Amino acid sequence: MNESLFTSFITPTMVGIPIVLLIIMFPSILFPSPSRLIDNRLVSIQQWLVRLTSKQMLSIHSHKGQTWALMLMSLILFIGSTNLLGLLPHSFTPTTQLSMNLGMAIPLWAGTVATGFRYKTKASLAHFLPQGTPFPLIPMLVIIETISLFIQPVALAVRLTANITAGHLLIHLIGGATLTLTSISTITAFITFTVLVLLTILEFAVALIQAYVFTLLVSLYLHDNT
Amino acid sequence: MKTKLACKNVYLLNFSRNSTDRVTDKVPVKEKKLMDVKLGELPSWILMRDFTPKGIAGAFQRGYYRYYNKYVNVKRGGVAGISMVLAAYVLFNYCRCYKELKHERLRKYH
Repeated sequence: MNESLFTSFITPTMVGIPIVLLIIMFPSILFPSPSRLIDNRLVSIQQWLVRLTSKQMLSIHSHKGQTWALMLMSLILFIGSTNLLGLLPHSFTPTTQLSMNLGMAIPLWAGTVATGFRYKTKASLAHFLPQGTPFPLIPMLVIIETISLFIQPVALAVRLTANITAGHLLIHLIGGATLTLTSISTITAFITFTVLVLLTILEFAVALIQAYVFTLLVSLYLHDNT
Repeated sequence: MKTKLACKNVYLLNFSRNSTDRVTDKVPVKEKKLMDVKLGELPSWILMRDFTPKGIAGAFQRGYYRYYNKYVNVKRGGVAGISMVLAAYVLFNYCRCYKELKHERLRKYH
C-alpha cells in the first residue's frame, strides 16, 4: 500500500524516456488559438471565460499593472487546466511537484518585487513598516515584514503543492478503502462511496480555486508594487 | 459523343476499382498517399518519408489539424471533440503506469 500510494507522484517515464515534458505541454492543445471573429464553440467558450476572468482580475490594477494581463491569464489557464486534467484517472499532475510550483512562484514574485523596487523605490521600501506603529517596535517589525516578504513565494508554491497532493492522496485512500470494504460490509462501502463522490466534487472545486488563488495573490503582490 | 467517351475515360481512370486503370498508378511512389500505395511498395514508401525534425513536426501539425478541423472546428461542435482527446489521454496514462497497476488487480494470489 505504501509503495503504491505515492507512485502516482513520481516523474513519469515510459520505457526509460522521461515524458514529463510532454505531459506538461499537453493542456496547450486543448486551447486552440482563435483565428476568426466568431470561432467554433470550444474557442468561443474559452474566450468568454478568459474575458470574464481578466475583467474581474485586472480591474483593480493601474495601467502599469495591466501590462501583466497576459501573464496572469496564461497562469490561471495553465494551473486550472493542469489541475483539472489531474483529476482524470491515472493521470500525472505536474502541479503536485514542488519543483514546478517553486519555478512558477519565485520568478513571478521576484518580478513583482523588482518592478516595485525599480519604479517606486520609496513606496516599496515603505511596505516594510505598517502605518502607525509605535517607535520602539520599528526594528522588530521591519524584520518581521522582511521575513513575511520572503516567505511569499514559498507559501505560494507550497500552498498549491500541498492542496493538490493532499486531494489526490485522499481520493486514492478513500477509493481503496471503498474497494476493500465492498467485500466486508456493503453499507459501510456505500457510505465511503458517498464520501468519495463528495470528495471528487470538492477536488474539482479545489483545482479551480487553487489556480484562482495563486493568480490572485500574484496580482495582489503586483498591485502593491505598481 | 466524343465528350461522353472522354468523361467515361476520366471516370474510369480516377474512380475505377480495377487497379490497372487508376491515375495514381502513373504518379511516382514518393508523392502518393498511404491508401494509394501498393503493398509491395510499402517499405520503399516508408523509407522515402521525410524524417527530419521539420518533417516530423509537419506530420504532427497535419495530424492535429486533420482532427481539429473534423471534430472541433465545426459549426455545431459538441462535447465529443474534446472528450475523445481526453479519453485517449486517459488510455495513454493507463498504458504508461500499467506496470504498477497490474499489482493492484483483485486476485487472491499476485
